[in-house]
Amino acid sequence: MPMRKLVFILAAAALLVACPALLAQENNCLECHQSFEDEDDGPSYKIVRDVHSQRGLSCADCHGGDATLDDMDEVREVKGYRGVPSPLEVPNFCARCHGDASYMHEHNPALPVDQLDKYKTSIHGRRLLGKKDTKVANCISCHGVHDIGSAKMPHSSTHPLNIPQTCGKCHADEEYMADYSIETSQVNDYAQSVHGIALLQRKDLGAPACNDCHGNHGAAPPGVTSLSAVCGNCHALEAELFNSSPHKVAFEENDYPMCETCHSNHKIVKPLDDWVGTMEPALCINCHSDDDGTRGFETADGISTAITNLVVAHREAKSILDEAIEKGMMTTDEEFRLKEVHQALVQTRTLIHAFNLDSVADKAEEGLKKAQEVEANSASLIDEYYFRRKGLGLATLFIAIVIIALYVKIKRMG
Amino acid sequence: MAGGKMKADSKLSGQAYRWIDERYGVNALVDYMGHKVVPVHKHSVLYYLGGITLFFFIIQVLTGILLLVYYRPGAESAYESVRFIISDVSFGWLIRSMHSWSANLMVLAAFLHMFSVYFTHAYRKPRELTWLTGMALLGLVLLFGFSGYLLPWNELAFFATRVGTGTAGTMPIIGEKLLVIMRGGEEVTGATIGRFFGLHVAILPGVFIVLLSAHLLFVQRQGMSEPLEWANRPTPEKKQMKFFPHFLLRDLLVWLIALNILAILAVFFPDGIGVVHWPLGTKADPFAPPPPVIRPEWYFMFAFQALKFLPPHIWFFEGELFGIVIFTVGGLVWALVPFLDRKSNAGQKSKLFKLFGILVVLFIIVMTILGYILE
Repeated sequence: MPMRKLVFILAAAALLVACPALLAQENNCLECHQSFEDEDDGPSYKIVRDVHSQRGLSCADCHGGDATLDDMDEVREVKGYRGVPSPLEVPNFCARCHGDASYMHEHNPALPVDQLDKYKTSIHGRRLLGKKDTKVANCISCHGVHDIGSAKMPHSSTHPLNIPQTCGKCHADEEYMADYSIETSQVNDYAQSVHGIALLQRKDLGAPACNDCHGNHGAAPPGVTSLSAVCGNCHALEAELFNSSPHKVAFEENDYPMCETCHSNHKIVKPLDDWVGTMEPALCINCHSDDDGTRGFETADGISTAITNLVVAHREAKSILDEAIEKGMMTTDEEFRLKEVHQALVQTRTLIHAFNLDSVADKAEEGLKKAQEVEANSASLIDEYYFRRKGLGLATLFIAIVIIALYVKIKRMG
Repeated sequence: MAGGKMKADSKLSGQAYRWIDERYGVNALVDYMGHKVVPVHKHSVLYYLGGITLFFFIIQVLTGILLLVYYRPGAESAYESVRFIISDVSFGWLIRSMHSWSANLMVLAAFLHMFSVYFTHAYRKPRELTWLTGMALLGLVLLFGFSGYLLPWNELAFFATRVGTGTAGTMPIIGEKLLVIMRGGEEVTGATIGRFFGLHVAILPGVFIVLLSAHLLFVQRQGMSEPLEWANRPTPEKKQMKFFPHFLLRDLLVWLIALNILAILAVFFPDGIGVVHWPLGTKADPFAPPPPVIRPEWYFMFAFQALKFLPPHIWFFEGELFGIVIFTVGGLVWALVPFLDRKSNAGQKSKLFKLFGILVVLFIIVMTILGYILE
């Protein structure tokens, strides 16, 4: 009897402790919705992967209603029930929390709260909220719904590696974009670009995705004037040099986009040295000729010559240094010096953006001198290699003579 | 004219000789050397191994002194000075290469010399002290190698020294103190270079010279050991050659061949070859991750691999500690063989000690090979 009493008391105590917890977790939304929704794609199933659900938010926190009620009709009648928002309603629906600084401070203080304001300035926001165009992207078009992930999560549609695909859902769809007179080759072009290859093939998260140039919530195509700021975010030195160059004014006067004119936009490939010069495939001749009244043609020719000379000098120095390395000589200093030549080459190529022949020529000359040093020192090392062998040969000959003489002496002594 | 000059020279050197002999009695020494003989038999070639070891030691001293001219110990200067020696000093590469090659060849020659003495039972009475000084010299040679390995202060040397000193630190009772004394602190730092440098260029050479002098004195006084089979052979049947000049000239011939081999190796493989190599590589960085393969010098590989094979615990000992104790006891037994092997002292061959020697050689060879295969 005492044993039964003890079991009864323990069971009652466990019930008392467990009941409030069970009541607090009651979510009839899931129970009902899971009974008829698809297990793979149903919102009530997907929600477990959702960052909101993982942070303790329930269906009612977004959709309103009372999750403890059994009857769906009764749920809809509860004050504050918001149900499923229409595309037009989505931005404000999300901004209820994401635009509320004090609310977000409690849940995710690191997240900004100006998404809606930015969205209103974006081409998407202006079309949706201004022109009531429900085809344009709203929050859930990019972030998904019910399985929303933080941009840091690899499965998230807003993770950098997934951004091109997320934007491409609409922007690579010819049929969908037909009404907007926007090309649909951007994603494909981007994938072939230096940025796309770095991000999508090398998984370099430092490489820019669509949103790094176009913005995300305030997405807009960069204008001619803002392009320098966009590219200059990363390519700061090039932008600074360009802004101080004579091209800055000329491009503005002719409405030429700053970087895009030479480098294209989405399909930005690795620039080649022969893009500068006065012969095909140089880009300079698209605008300049020898009788255009500017110094452009002459400058292009000079820059091309300086870079070509440095490239050739670097190649020759490397070739002779490789031979010295192959021969097992101590080449650490020359390898380091060759890196300086390469660095000078990189800097010379960067200086192109100033379109100032003197500065390019000076830097190229600096590299040329170092390349000549590498070449001369490597040649000395190779000479030293043969000198060592000749020296060894002579020493061996001398030692061999002494050995033979000794051997003869020993034999004679018996 | 030429004949007159030679006569004058000869007269002059004769006078000088007499001058010295009057004061130091050189004649007695020359007379002694003139009577000294070396046994001639099928294993006579083994007598040259000691001389070869000595030759490589002389090369070590000469090249070491030349390296000292430019070498600067210290964490901020050691690596840079070695790089300077290799790349900028005239023939610096050759000196460093010869120093490294002769160090390795000296260890090899010393091991071969020891095993040749062991298997011919040349350690037997009355040469116990020759054996003991030889063993001590071999220990010093290994210490030379260990202390010299760190001096370039490159990545490989740094991590190998950290492992090596760490292993010494597991020794019972004195281990922890020994580790701190060796490293000059808890970690391998610039202070360690200072200590290893002092050990390498001052302490070890000083002790080595004393022991080497004793070893050579014993050899000269007692002569080369005769084979055991000669114990009961009458003197006229013992084939011999005069030490001076016959054996000495042969020794010189062997030294010249060794010098030529050394020169060829130093020129063709200045950074060594295969598992015997010493590329300068990158400077030691205590904060860098260790390289994927940390290996000791080839002559420590058998011990390194044997310690790796041991489980973490054997009875109530730590595995590594157990291994070190076994190695210490084994080394002691090996050193005391002249006193333990009573049969050879009585002029008989000992199968037990022969078997022991074969097992030791096999152990060293197998563990060394496994060390390189399994790394």
